[in-house]
Amino acid sequence: MRLTVNGQVQDAAPHAGQCLRTLLRDLGWFGVKKGCDAGDCGACTVHLDGEPVHSCLLPAFQAEGHSVITIEGLAAPCAPGDGVPDGLHPMQAAFCAAQGFQCGFCTPGMVMTAAALDQGQRQDLGTALKGNLCRCTGYRAIRDAVAGIAHAQAEGRPVGRSLPAPASRAVVSGRAAYTFDAAVPGLLHLKVLRAPHAHARIRHIDRTGAMAVPGVVAVFTHEDAPRHRFSTGRHENPGDDAADTMVFDPVIRCHGQRVAAVVAESEAAALAGVRALRVEYEIRPAVFDPDAALRPDAPLVHDPADREPPRPGEDAPPLLPHPNLAAEAHGAIGDVEAGFAEADRIHEAEYVSQRVQHVHLETHGALGWLDPDGRLTLRASTQVPFLTRDALARLFDLDRDRVRVLAGRVGGGFGGKQEMLTEDLVALAVLRTGRPVKYEMSREENFSAATTRHPMRVWVKLGAKADGRLTALSLRVISNTGAYGNHAGGVLHHGCNESIAAYACPNKRVEGYAVYTHTLPAGAFRGYGLSQTIFAIESALDELARDLSIDPFAMRRRNAVRPGDPMISTSLEPHDVLYGSYGLDQCLDLVEAALADGGGEPAPGPDWRVGQGMALAMIDTIPPRGHFAHARIRLEPDGTYALFVGTAEFGNGTSTVHAQLAAEVLGTVPERIRLIQADTDAVPHDTGAYGSTGTVVAGQANVRAATALADKICVAAAERTGTRPAACRLTRDGVETPSGVMPLADLARDAVFEAAGAADGSPRSVAFNVQGFRVAVQPETGLVRILRSVQAADAGFVINPMQCRGQIEGGVAQALGAALYEDVRLDAEGRVVTRTLRNYHIPAMADVPVTEVLFADTHDTVGPLGAKSMSEAPYNPVAPALGNAIRDATGVRLTATPFAPDRIFHTLTAVPEKASA
Amino acid sequence: MDLDTITAVLRPPSLDELPPWQDGDAWLAGGTWLFSEPQPGLTRLIDLSTLALPATEVSEAGLWLSATGTIAELDRLALPNDWIAAPLVGQCCRALLGSFKIWNRASVGGNLCMALPAGPMIALTAALDGLCRLRRPDGMARRLPVTDFVLGVQRTALAPGEILLGIDVPAAALKRRTAFRRIALSPEGRSGALLIGTRDRAGDFALTITAATPRPVRLAFATVPAAPDLQAALAAATETDGWYDDVHGAPDWRRHVSGLLAEEIREELAR
Repeated sequence: MRLTVNGQVQDAAPHAGQCLRTLLRDLGWFGVKKGCDAGDCGACTVHLDGEPVHSCLLPAFQAEGHSVITIEGLAAPCAPGDGVPDGLHPMQAAFCAAQGFQCGFCTPGMVMTAAALDQGQRQDLGTALKGNLCRCTGYRAIRDAVAGIAHAQAEGRPVGRSLPAPASRAVVSGRAAYTFDAAVPGLLHLKVLRAPHAHARIRHIDRTGAMAVPGVVAVFTHEDAPRHRFSTGRHENPGDDAADTMVFDPVIRCHGQRVAAVVAESEAAALAGVRALRVEYEIRPAVFDPDAALRPDAPLVHDPADREPPRPGEDAPPLLPHPNLAAEAHGAIGDVEAGFAEADRIHEAEYVSQRVQHVHLETHGALGWLDPDGRLTLRASTQVPFLTRDALARLFDLDRDRVRVLAGRVGGGFGGKQEMLTEDLVALAVLRTGRPVKYEMSREENFSAATTRHPMRVWVKLGAKADGRLTALSLRVISNTGAYGNHAGGVLHHGCNESIAAYACPNKRVEGYAVYTHTLPAGAFRGYGLSQTIFAIESALDELARDLSIDPFAMRRRNAVRPGDPMISTSLEPHDVLYGSYGLDQCLDLVEAALADGGGEPAPGPDWRVGQGMALAMIDTIPPRGHFAHARIRLEPDGTYALFVGTAEFGNGTSTVHAQLAAEVLGTVPERIRLIQADTDAVPHDTGAYGSTGTVVAGQANVRAATALADKICVAAAERTGTRPAACRLTRDGVETPSGVMPLADLARDAVFEAAGAADGSPRSVAFNVQGFRVAVQPETGLVRILRSVQAADAGFVINPMQCRGQIEGGVAQALGAALYEDVRLDAEGRVVTRTLRNYHIPAMADVPVTEVLFADTHDTVGPLGAKSMSEAPYNPVAPALGNAIRDATGVRLTATPFAPDRIFHTLTAVPEKASA
Repeated sequence: MDLDTITAVLRPPSLDELPPWQDGDAWLAGGTWLFSEPQPGLTRLIDLSTLALPATEVSEAGLWLSATGTIAELDRLALPNDWIAAPLVGQCCRALLGSFKIWNRASVGGNLCMALPAGPMIALTAALDGLCRLRRPDGMARRLPVTDFVLGVQRTALAPGEILLGIDVPAAALKRRTAFRRIALSPEGRSGALLIGTRDRAGDFALTITAATPRPVRLAFATVPAAPDLQAALAAATETDGWYDDVHGAPDWRRHVSGLLAEEIREELAR
């Protein structure tokens, strides 16, 4: 058939059941994204004869003879391989000016939809854009883009200003290349058969049917895969996580675990091959609840009868001998019982945080091939290319230099890509077939077989004197790590650390258990355990303050740590966290003042009850136990700079910050810094962009490299001009010396100038966030309306205010999803029920209120140029602040998220009408 | 998404030239549901767009809704001034979980044939006494009220090979006063309860409950009932099938909010 795409007449031969989305990508239009492939997210929106449609829902044959415009051709006709257009469509330009994106994966669909709105639709964007989901921004920047409000600044000092992302024009024109936006000749497709049982032993796999499917090249099962065990969770020290996972395991420990993979010439053949596999299972009893899993007679998740049990992770190894214990955290300071005895008031309750999913719009996946040297090369959707490289080398017994892992632009991470969930399979298939292989998870797989936040039950007991001073604090945490222990110890440990170190209390005790169950594995998730424990502690503190008739802000001021106080969770061991700067006091003042200023929406009606609440969160700016980054920077022949860093760009905005930091140190402008990143060939090592380290660790390495390079250049310029280096100063494209300006291009002509820098992630500082809400609740229906939302953040010196604001807004929005809607539900057999975006509701534009973002004025002594990290932190205080506001409005304490209307209704009707306190 | 098991798309030129129905066949209208989920059991798609089913039409008798007409076309439809039920059309279009982009492709008939509890076209046509016109594989026609067409969650009265041609909505129903209420767990989320009340000049009052129940429930009264009577009728009518339970709302919440919305509708139409 023939159709016109972006002005090009193209011939195509779609398969009978093919949708337009994949056809367009086959034709080279990679701006058409797959977020869900089910019509829910809108990332694949194109114009069909001028009307916006979801191309994933449109039968390809129906486009015959029609005209299609994709994001690439929105501004002007173009060809598939063209670069970023010179001229942008006004809506594309508006998304640049407002920086209406972070990872940018939803942006093509968002722009295509926004560009098609009429004036009336623009007045009600929540409705008009309900078919476009963004997981990063929290939508404020998108609203501003559609309204034509600009934020990006151009001229001036590189740091402390709102510079746009270097990739802005590529992102808004659909030309930024994400993981799968590459045409690879001879590509094979890999699909996975997933287990239909929560606990079983594979008796036999018959692959003859699959091998007989035309186009099937190979089938891989546990008989073909390496026997090494590893953890999908990636850490600098691989010993942190229990090595309990195999590429394929003959024992199935959760519904959705890999059983086999089929590699074929087409996705359809691979899927047909998967359907043709015949597997016999010996079904075993399963356990889904962590408490039940700790009973003496519980089914064992890692049964010693199957194989030698995994050695626990080193981060928080279990002390008790129960085989279903993945990790434990115990500690105490002072005398907790004495502290409670001394208390005038005590609050104790259990708070439950549910399983939630990251829902990065780009699903997990990787493309792999052998380079001309035969070196295994993977282009992966990852936050940790170097740690993945190391893991693959170990798993396949290859030298590290025989494996290269790189990342294109990554479509969101949120911790979910601090795991190796696809790369091992792709590596296996590439090594065995010698051909390029692609494995891209479907959205359904991403929901039912990828990692989630750790569901946690946190029992908290707090005691305080009448004046509000805490006398004792005790936590008992049960974390459900699922079938595998990736991040089990780290999350447990971290969750029990800053959440209580934030308060100066002489008597503290923690008892924490991460438990194996036959459910899908939990893993790293924004906040890394803190969102769950902070929900408990900040809710409990609110109750205690109410009981004592103390204002919640005053309660925090009385108890929160301040410079000079030791930061102690439950150990008096020395550590490397210090007050590089302290802005908690400012954050509390800012939120308190904002909530008191009378701003915000009015309650929708007289039958709504209004209340307000707040919560605080503290976070170490860097993960413990070493986090390393290397940077290299080189003066190029044309007088610009090439900066090599390890960190990936997945909407964290570090690319912008890297350019800003280097430009500041080198006295130039960010446009003259070319960034080469997320490639194991670029620098010796980089732990990766997790634990909010993109700016504070890799940025620090960058600043050190740039500083060293600046010195070298000044020395050379001084030598050539016969002046002193101290009298030389770098400018935009030259060196000012006492005897005139020497252009950088002249210097670069006959010498190589290059410098390297490194950072080891120590010492570390602390960042603070305070969230405040005013809400209205309609008790009869359980509906909640947020009338005012404000978050104050202590991010140190803010390198890019627009971007940092975006991180906070996005963090609040994602946390509101978990606080109000999101819940990965399992059925009685342990199967994930919520497998689509229409059944797992992440915030759409209409769900997210404007959050006013306020910054404390501090300057960190630890972070680069005074900056602190600010990407996980904004998520953490949101759920308790909202719960506290609902408590204030209704008199009822909600102890489990999400606060969905049906659950609020249950809680309100379970408790007889209570006067608002 | 790609439907990888489909081996053929048939595009019959007219109803008289339909291929014999086989296992693994599916009618294709807008495709907005069909292509939104894996369909491993399907092998052929029969495209309805080439059939030229009778187009949507406004007449003195009422509104004929073509099964293959899109939601966008329905929303744009100009209706006579004395059809005071007209605002329901826009309200029901907006109750669709999908955005206006989905409206551009999704068909009215597809929404009925999907038979999801929250299908707003089911609510619209059930509340307005809609009568489905079906064509059996042997070419014979039959008619069914919408409330008998939708039998349960994703279950209809359609026999294999039978086609929904469209829905007749009588003019009398379109001349009734209406009241619309909807609630969901999130502002633009899938409906947890969608209730429509109608009252005609003679005083007849009807209440249609959808989304909260597995299939549409219609309560009819000769006059606006007293509040307790309405609640009692609601309880009685839902006794057998109960209240729908899925991730979009717990059943007791749906029951409770349906009661509240029913009373709001009763009060509004009693005025």
